[in-house]
Amino acid sequence: MILQGKIWKFGDNIDTDIIIPAKYLAHTDPKVLGEHCMEPLAPDFPKKVKAGDIIVSGTNFGCGSSREHAPIAITALGIPLVIAKTFARIFYRNAFNKGLALLEADIYDLVHDGDEIDVDVATGIIRCGGNEVKAKPIPPFMVELINEGGLINYLKKKLEG
Amino acid sequence: MGMTITEKILAAHADKSFVEAGEIVDARIDLAMANDITAPLSLEEFEKVGARTVFDPEKVVFVLDHFTPNKDILSAENCKKIREFSKKHNIVNFFEGGQCGIEHALLPEKGLVVAGDLVIGADSHTCTYGALGAFSTGVGSTDLTYGMVTGRIWLKVPDSIKFHCHGKWPKWITGKELVLYIIGMIGVDGALYSAMEYTGEAIAALSMDSRFSIANMAIEAGGKNGIFHVDDKTKAYMKEHAARPYKAYESDTDASYRDVFEIDVAKIGFSVACPSLPSNVKDAGELGKIDIDQVVIGSCTNGRLEDLEMAASILKGKKVAKYTRCIIIPATPAIYGEAMRRGYFQTFLDAGCIISPPTCGPCLGGHMGILAKGERAVATTNRNFIGRMGHPESEVYLAGPAVAAATAIKGKIARPEEVI
Ligand code: SF4
Repeated sequence: MILQGKIWKFGDNIDTDIIIPAKYLAHTDPKVLGEHCMEPLAPDFPKKVKAGDIIVSGTNFGCGSSREHAPIAITALGIPLVIAKTFARIFYRNAFNKGLALLEADIYDLVHDGDEIDVDVATGIIRCGGNEVKAKPIPPFMVELINEGGLINYLKKKLEG
Repeated sequence: MGMTITEKILAAHADKSFVEAGEIVDARIDLAMANDITAPLSLEEFEKVGARTVFDPEKVVFVLDHFTPNKDILSAENCKKIREFSKKHNIVNFFEGGQCGIEHALLPEKGLVVAGDLVIGADSHTCTYGALGAFSTGVGSTDLTYGMVTGRIWLKVPDSIKFHCHGKWPKWITGKELVLYIIGMIGVDGALYSAMEYTGEAIAALSMDSRFSIANMAIEAGGKNGIFHVDDKTKAYMKEHAARPYKAYESDTDASYRDVFEIDVAKIGFSVACPSLPSNVKDAGELGKIDIDQVVIGSCTNGRLEDLEMAASILKGKKVAKYTRCIIIPATPAIYGEAMRRGYFQTFLDAGCIISPPTCGPCLGGHMGILAKGERAVATTNRNFIGRMGHPESEVYLAGPAVAAATAIKGKIARPEEVI
């Protein structure tokens, strides 16, 4: 899968209260969650971001709560991928479970907001501003899960089988 | 090579004799829990996969604690969905209304978790039960659905970091000051993906309430779980609360650790985490000039009896400062009742505090104490992220119960000595 889009940069420790503040957690509609994504830091983000754009962040992206509303809010805006130096562990699982791809790579200082980026998710090759960086491979178990169509599809098959 | 407690519990639940850090295991779970904000997504998935039953109606727990008593129509609708699901599937442990407390205080108190268990919860602070010598960790709603249906979860075995704590506890210093100190030392991702194991004479000297508040904040250092050894205090707690048999695991002497930290608890002081990260830790003594609009004493971190007792002992005969609000939130109905019987409620009321029913409430900026733009709070909760308790330009300082109570009296961040 090749992804091309514009970069939105967010720093270190982007927590789930930033990704989607708790006051919206009574909602389960992805559209509503998307409208408030990143609100405390960048209230205009949901209006300005375009489907296909990619988030680039520093360390510990997604730290904080286990709310799956966080990856749902991001995917609701059409963002297919987050690239960060490291991810918080619950968010990491949730993202893959919700069809949001994550790559661990240290490109934060190499890129600027609005830069075009080109990513081969399968190989982890990231091209941006003349640089080529290889992301840490997605753990084989995750790849298997993605190939099964995510945890819920895997479970569905299991129940039907 | 030996194994840690965490590795032993995971091995036992994966029917293996040996596991090591980094390995992926498919493990049996003893309990799957969700609350009023995470269960609705889980139940939607449950419908989608076409599941007909939960794996065990006694081992699926719902706690309606976050936006309750229902703060608005949407929250009420969510609770209604969970209630109807629980009726339909004969969920034994469904908690709402006057039976309900904050999940991570409630489950141990109800005896639903014992040493040696493997528990998952759709809430990041599920790591709290590690205080009992159980492996427990937070997951998202989808993983929870999988657990609810199959009774299993896949997990990467975490490596372990040991915190060996020694020395004598100074007066007023609790598990909360220790865990804030540790997060200040290693950072909010200092234990990313790892188990945080606590040992040493200073841990043995701690009450169960303080151990719960330490285990609770493992996630604030990025940890997968916090874990404690089972001792006489753990056994006494389980005897009082649980009917189920438990299994106490010990780490082998040749178990491997990613890191070992030695901590002298006599030196940690009154740790306070300043806005807007739990690792931004300073001593309360350095923060005495900061005006505080609201104090919150409650949450799954510090809404237990020991916390209320400490707050009451400081607030007794004193008044909350003018222009400062102090909200007390006993974490469960049992704690609420006991605090009332012991006379703490009168002390709080006389001092001018507000007493809230058990709820998460302001901890996550839900309701019952939201901050306006520019307001500052001192809270015994666990997170001080941007906007966590209200307006994005409000601020939260995280502290232990003694600093919180002293701050309420002074209206500025204070150590207990300053008001007694
Ligand atoms: S008290 Fe706060 S941290 Fe604990 S479960 Fe409730 S919202 Fe989460």
